[in-house]
Amino acid sequence: MQQFFSDLWTSFEKTFIYDDRWKFFLDGLLATLRIAFFAALLGILLGFLVAAVRSTYDMRQQSGKRALRFGDVIIKILNVICNVYITVIRGTPAVIQVMIMYFIVFANSRNKELAAVLSFGINSGAYVAEIVRSGIMSIDKGQFEASRSLGFNYTSTMYHIILPQAFKNILPALGNEFIVLVKETSVAAYVGIAELTYVGNLIRSRTYEAFFPLIAVALIYLVIVLLLTFLLKKLERRLRSSDH
Amino acid sequence: MTTDREVLIEVQGLQKSFGELHVLKGIDAEIRRGDVMVVVGASGSGKSTFLRCLNLLEHPTGGTITFEGVNITDPSVNINLHRQKMGMVFQQFNLFPHKTVLKNMTLGPTKLLHQSKAQAEKHAIELLERVGLADKANAYPNQLSGGQKQRVAIVRALAMNPDVMLFDEPTSALDPEMVGEVLEVMKQLAREGMTMVVVTHEMGFAREVGSQIVFVDEGVIKERSNPKDFFENPQNPRLKDFLSKVL
Repeated sequence: MQQFFSDLWTSFEKTFIYDDRWKFFLDGLLATLRIAFFAALLGILLGFLVAAVRSTYDMRQQSGKRALRFGDVIIKILNVICNVYITVIRGTPAVIQVMIMYFIVFANSRNKELAAVLSFGINSGAYVAEIVRSGIMSIDKGQFEASRSLGFNYTSTMYHIILPQAFKNILPALGNEFIVLVKETSVAAYVGIAELTYVGNLIRSRTYEAFFPLIAVALIYLVIVLLLTFLLKKLERRLRSSDH
Repeated sequence: MTTDREVLIEVQGLQKSFGELHVLKGIDAEIRRGDVMVVVGASGSGKSTFLRCLNLLEHPTGGTITFEGVNITDPSVNINLHRQKMGMVFQQFNLFPHKTVLKNMTLGPTKLLHQSKAQAEKHAIELLERVGLADKANAYPNQLSGGQKQRVAIVRALAMNPDVMLFDEPTSALDPEMVGEVLEVMKQLAREGMTMVVVTHEMGFAREVGSQIVFVDEGVIKERSNPKDFFENPQNPRLKDFLSKVL
């Protein structure tokens, strides 16, 4: 029994304490958080832009205006680009996307983390776009008409009336997307970016001990996700307080 | 009917198709300042589409609509500016659920007419008082009954100081006991001289406050006259048939 605990301690010591290895985990954690945070920002930005284009296109199709204007042509072209983007991103594995970004696009660059941020941000954007679009489509058409009948243009209607309501509806789905995104950054380990998963695996290979490094990494991810879930719940409750 | 009042809306040869479906097949109408035009007809006759074309919520496929001297069907016209002068009330109220009654009413005046917040709120409260809902200023739409919602929707449109009010079956989604309170507000508006175009099934309202009544059927206006002739001496056989069913 005593032997078991002393072995466990040795293993723990090798994983975390010897050579200040806990610092590796900390650095890995910070890298994961940086990548996830900036990728999420990029994902939101791209997602909203793409959703705006796609929704605008859909609404223009429905309105049945008589004259085809210059703006319609632009929107049509943008819509095609957005469709291709969503199809390609959703249709290929994230690992391949990261590898393409890292080995092809960033072949001559040393900025590994930027490659990861761009790759996951672009990936997330495609999913966010569809979530946002579903939110916009979930708002009753009457809301749009009421706003337009007051004299608001399309953009103001989106800003004041549609998006605030849509955002409330899509918050759970968006939260889910960000949770997936945080965990998906572990894919970056595949191309050797020193984030959390990579660090865990590295320590495992140095210590020949699999238990502590991998369990530690798993627990850290779990804590991040729990924290994120907590924050999202709080935000959801605050948004709902204006809703009676 | 006097004819020397200014023509506010002139509709000429209005057509609207939804794909293969030809809903409006050439409608002419003239609405003068102070008119209360009541549009009646069976469901599917095109009367709502006609109303929704007036502020271009539906884009006509043919014909012209001239509002205050401007052909608003011209694609180069900025319709948003003209819509500010045309209030609209919907069957489903369409209040903004994420905003209080007061915010619903001040959003347009502050953002579009550039009124100060205080000015817009003062006007909004005055309007709410007129329809007996001043105590609901800080309520959210979901806390109101159907009749209250529709009265708020009416004053939200009035807060923009429109020149004409368009009503699209304003009482059709209401419980019967709430129809009266909404019609009362509309009658009061009519008495104050507001120009109104009303699509409705309320024949009592049409008879009482309508200055001209039009019967829309199969995408055209089959009959138009003053309330007395319309109800007591209808000419068109389809109208006779319609009246026999609804009266």
